[in-house]
Amino acid sequence: MNPTIRLPGLAPIFLALTLALLGVLIVLPLGVVFQQAFAKGFAAYLEPLTQPDALHAIRLTLLVAAISVPLNAVFGVAAAWAIARFEFKGKSLLVTFIDLPFSMSPVVSGLVWVLLFGAQGWFGPWLQDHNIKIIFATSGLVLATVLVTLPFVARELIPLMQDQGADEEAAALTLGAGGWTTFWRVTLPNIKWALLYGVLLCNARAMGEFGAVSVVSGSVRGLTTTLPLHVEVLYNDYEFVGAFAAASILASLGLVTLVIKTLLEWRHSGELSASRRH
Amino acid sequence: MNFRPADDTSASANALEIKGISKAYGRFPALKDVSLQAKDKEFLALLGPSGSGKTTLLRVLAGLEQPDAGEVRFAGEDFLSLPVRRRKVGMVFQHYALFRHMTVAQNIAFGLTVRKRSEKPSKSEIADRVAHLLQLVQLEGLDKRFPSQLSGGQRQRVALARALAIEPKMLLLDEPFGALDAQVRRELRRWLRELHDRAGVTTVFVTHDQEEALDLADRVAILKDGQLIQLGTPNQVYEHPATPFVFDFLGQACRLPGVVSGERLRIADWETAAPEGAPQGAVEVFFRPDEVEFAPADGQGLAAQVLGVAQRGPDVRIDCQVEGAPMELQAHGPSLPPGVSPGQAVRIKPLRPQVYAAG
Repeated sequence: MNPTIRLPGLAPIFLALTLALLGVLIVLPLGVVFQQAFAKGFAAYLEPLTQPDALHAIRLTLLVAAISVPLNAVFGVAAAWAIARFEFKGKSLLVTFIDLPFSMSPVVSGLVWVLLFGAQGWFGPWLQDHNIKIIFATSGLVLATVLVTLPFVARELIPLMQDQGADEEAAALTLGAGGWTTFWRVTLPNIKWALLYGVLLCNARAMGEFGAVSVVSGSVRGLTTTLPLHVEVLYNDYEFVGAFAAASILASLGLVTLVIKTLLEWRHSGELSASRRH
Repeated sequence: MNFRPADDTSASANALEIKGISKAYGRFPALKDVSLQAKDKEFLALLGPSGSGKTTLLRVLAGLEQPDAGEVRFAGEDFLSLPVRRRKVGMVFQHYALFRHMTVAQNIAFGLTVRKRSEKPSKSEIADRVAHLLQLVQLEGLDKRFPSQLSGGQRQRVALARALAIEPKMLLLDEPFGALDAQVRRELRRWLRELHDRAGVTTVFVTHDQEEALDLADRVAILKDGQLIQLGTPNQVYEHPATPFVFDFLGQACRLPGVVSGERLRIADWETAAPEGAPQGAVEVFFRPDEVEFAPADGQGLAAQVLGVAQRGPDVRIDCQVEGAPMELQAHGPSLPPGVSPGQAVRIKPLRPQVYAAG
């Protein structure tokens, strides 16, 4: 814990500025979302959410997350393990590449798939011949989401695993445990909260991702619109209550994520690298 | 440079044989052609400053590092071809490496629970064994604690119990007392030695603390810069350090230049019998600050000027000027040696000087 230092006269100004910005930029818009969604009553709020298109968007969002989050979890654990436990050439390059999706516009993450698999893309004709659809289809949405959310789990695990060191795993080996046993009984339990934390952030991003998926989706209503795309489609059609109702689901998801994240940080701060980094 | 004592044991009595082990990390050589042996049930210390390669050697024995060259045999078996988990060595890590999410009992039982189904003891057998080990390391009643709820000394004993649970063929300890305070260290040291004698396993332990090594071990291997400098009993290495480094490392040292010709050693204007096997010509003379005899200024010995004296617990520290250089000598108190007081000229006679070829 750092000791608190008071700069005379500055504290009230900074505090007021922060609160004002938070109020205008976060609390107010969030309030507007729910206010607009419920503007015409609860029945009017529920009605657009029970439309087939909306239900499909919710299902599709869940499906995309259900595929891309586990993929990222596996990738994240594997990458973090490789980086934290082994010395190899090009390690720092790998770390940089894992971070790339953070620094790159999500639109680019969508465009690369169009470039590869679109009708005019490198593999487009071949895919067409074999009747495989990636762009404007669920698989494209998954690919775009996986790419955008790639760093979340790995970034959370790498500092923690580097910090914990390999001694416990070495101890397990000397005690007669094999590689898998050591992984399941020593490595994984030591990183489980950090993994959950990373998965949580990854999931929030996966469900809320707009830029990358909008490029590959084509926004075909009832077919390739995820929840964020669905909001945009409705909004562009002047269906404000519907748009805000869908948006309120996304907002709630964000709030739930925040609560669980805070709980994790509070209960297991020692086992999360995020709490040490921030 | 390498000093190896005459092979006083037949090869069959050596449980552990290390031959020509070399290991480099990139360009940095951590171990250079290290060969040594440990007898069955022997307590062997690997002693050296940090960076001397002692921990690397221990990890080679455990199988956590593969050497670039050399051979390790244990009880006649080629150890290097065995993977870590088949070597059955009990290793205690410097920071214990207890499984932080398991209780003390689960930690100790780990090595038994990961066995193949056919070799795995039953639940009640494991519980019995854990209870027995907890008693052995004097931690009864702490079985449900987590490592974070234990003191350093308790953690160390859990680590030891966990290593002993697999009935290891060899016990490897990496700076076993490194993270403990002086009081606990001394208590645990005696206790560890007793435990070793009762368990009857060959034990290799790494330390940078010469007092610990000399006090605990049957034999001490002194390493420096990845090389074995000397191997011998605590008495042998302390009384006959093979190099100035060993002399310096094992205790406080006073040094003076001298010349050996024939059977005589000459330091400044004083001449005495040269130690056995001393090299001829210019030498460096080493002696311990407390192995010195004081004589009056007109007597025999090296001319010295006493600058000051200070009572240091049971000992007396005597600051002198000898041959133009400051030197700190020691005498056993509480009274000063006769004739020694500040400002006084005296003569000193190193009782057991060791000489090494100069340069």
